[in-house]
Amino acid sequence: MSAILKRAPAIEGWFTIDDEPALLGNRCTTCGTVWFPKSSFFCGNPACDGSEFEEARLSRRGKVWSFTDAQYQPPPPYIPRSETYEPFALAAVELADEQMVVLGQVAEGVTVNDLEVGQPVELIVEPLYTTDDTEYLVYKWKPIDGAPA
Amino acid sequence: MSDVVIAGVGMHPWGKWGRNFVEYGVVAARAALEDAGIDYRDVQFVSGADTVRNGYPGYVAGATFAQALGWTGARVASSYAACASGATALEVARAEILAGRCDVALVVGADTTPKGFLAPNAGERPDDPDWLRFRLLGATNPTYFALYARRRMALYGATERDFAEVRAKNARHGLENPNARYRKDFSVDDILASPMVADPLRLVEICATSDGGAALVVVSADYAKRKGLDAPVTIKAVSTVTPAFPQTVIEMPNFATDSGVAVSDSVTPFKDSITAAAYEEAGLGPEDLSLAEVYDLSSALELDWYEHIGLCKAGEAERLLHDGDTTIGGRIPVNPSGGLACFGEAVPAQALAQVCELTWQLRGQAGARQVDGARVGITANQGLFGHGSSVILTR
Repeated sequence: MSAILKRAPAIEGWFTIDDEPALLGNRCTTCGTVWFPKSSFFCGNPACDGSEFEEARLSRRGKVWSFTDAQYQPPPPYIPRSETYEPFALAAVELADEQMVVLGQVAEGVTVNDLEVGQPVELIVEPLYTTDDTEYLVYKWKPIDGAPA
Repeated sequence: MSDVVIAGVGMHPWGKWGRNFVEYGVVAARAALEDAGIDYRDVQFVSGADTVRNGYPGYVAGATFAQALGWTGARVASSYAACASGATALEVARAEILAGRCDVALVVGADTTPKGFLAPNAGERPDDPDWLRFRLLGATNPTYFALYARRRMALYGATERDFAEVRAKNARHGLENPNARYRKDFSVDDILASPMVADPLRLVEICATSDGGAALVVVSADYAKRKGLDAPVTIKAVSTVTPAFPQTVIEMPNFATDSGVAVSDSVTPFKDSITAAAYEEAGLGPEDLSLAEVYDLSSALELDWYEHIGLCKAGEAERLLHDGDTTIGGRIPVNPSGGLACFGEAVPAQALAQVCELTWQLRGQAGARQVDGARVGITANQGLFGHGSSVILTR
């Protein structure tokens, strides 16, 4: 494969793919509740009747709430990256400012043996799958080197 | 408020039979009617729990079962609440009886399931979080179960061995259950040698998907009296609550929890609130229980349920397990049926199967797995997208 692949997010509007990628949620302009994925049309806070939102870049760093891995290949619509299945880890990560937990895959090459609850991680993007001309990216959590748990 | 009575229960054994789900539902319904001694033509209301994996007949399960048993002009309803569908179908039937609109209702749930992980239905559905979590994250159901298990290890020092001990207990409980799919004794070492699926959970610790069917005949207290039903099992509560905002524990199939930034008051966590609502309606508490059937989607999740249903404080479930409290013969046996570990999950039938087990236990008809002197039982279950379910029965 010699052609240079375009890079694109695997889903539009959920995260940026710049050098400092961030999840894109939104914030209710009435009550301040943050939503990820974005809320549209209405706020899900039962005490709020808001229907307007501003886009919010979520904290790029958080702490591992819990983690696991996928030792068997998930069924479709998951698209395997290679013919020989390679297990990957997942982590649910607490974002302090947003007071929420976000689930994501963990950076390639990081296994459950490298993870612990409470460990600081930050958001990166990595390839999820590739077509003939495009590399589709997804957000992932990556342990911050040298940070104490 | 007058109680609704369970006149009859019936099941089609769980397995991987590969036949039409309607067949399992009809077998279970006929068994429940026979158990009740009630003629099908006397049923005034048929309440079906839907399956979404068997085409249109599954979406209108109430009518499908009514037609299969023979049209009688009975009223009908079909309910879907994922794993909690059976409890919702029961609640619809109970409400009809409590409203005085009928005296005899039949509740039926049955499923035929594909092999392997439960996966979303086919097609491109980028607005459906249940589709997206597979596409973007490869997050299967065991992913979520494993997150809870690992969290339990970090917070309370639970071990893989503790989880395996839950599985071994349930294997022993289910050995003599004729409706169970897996009737095999597993030692803790056997379980710890099973392949890892979602660390720290192993293959035999994660609920399989099964075919099966379960049915209840529920009647008004007046009808039970007229029929001369002696000391029947009565329904003291059915809880079908949703979570309170903000829901701060990550739940299948979501990508994230709610954010708590706009709310200062704490709310009761969802799993705690499910049985709390049932206890409140019944005027009973955990101390009154003789037994519980809880939704052990994984071995580790059963330990979480001990705490959510109030058997012990957070972090004490392992002690309860090790003391033998939750084993048949112990203080408060949990999953004497063998639980999902021995059944696998037949989604719309599962919450009804829990009620069948409580009924047999409270009548003293549970054979080798009988809990001595059972008087009060509770079920706890949770369906995808915020469906809680709990039923309390007494005799």
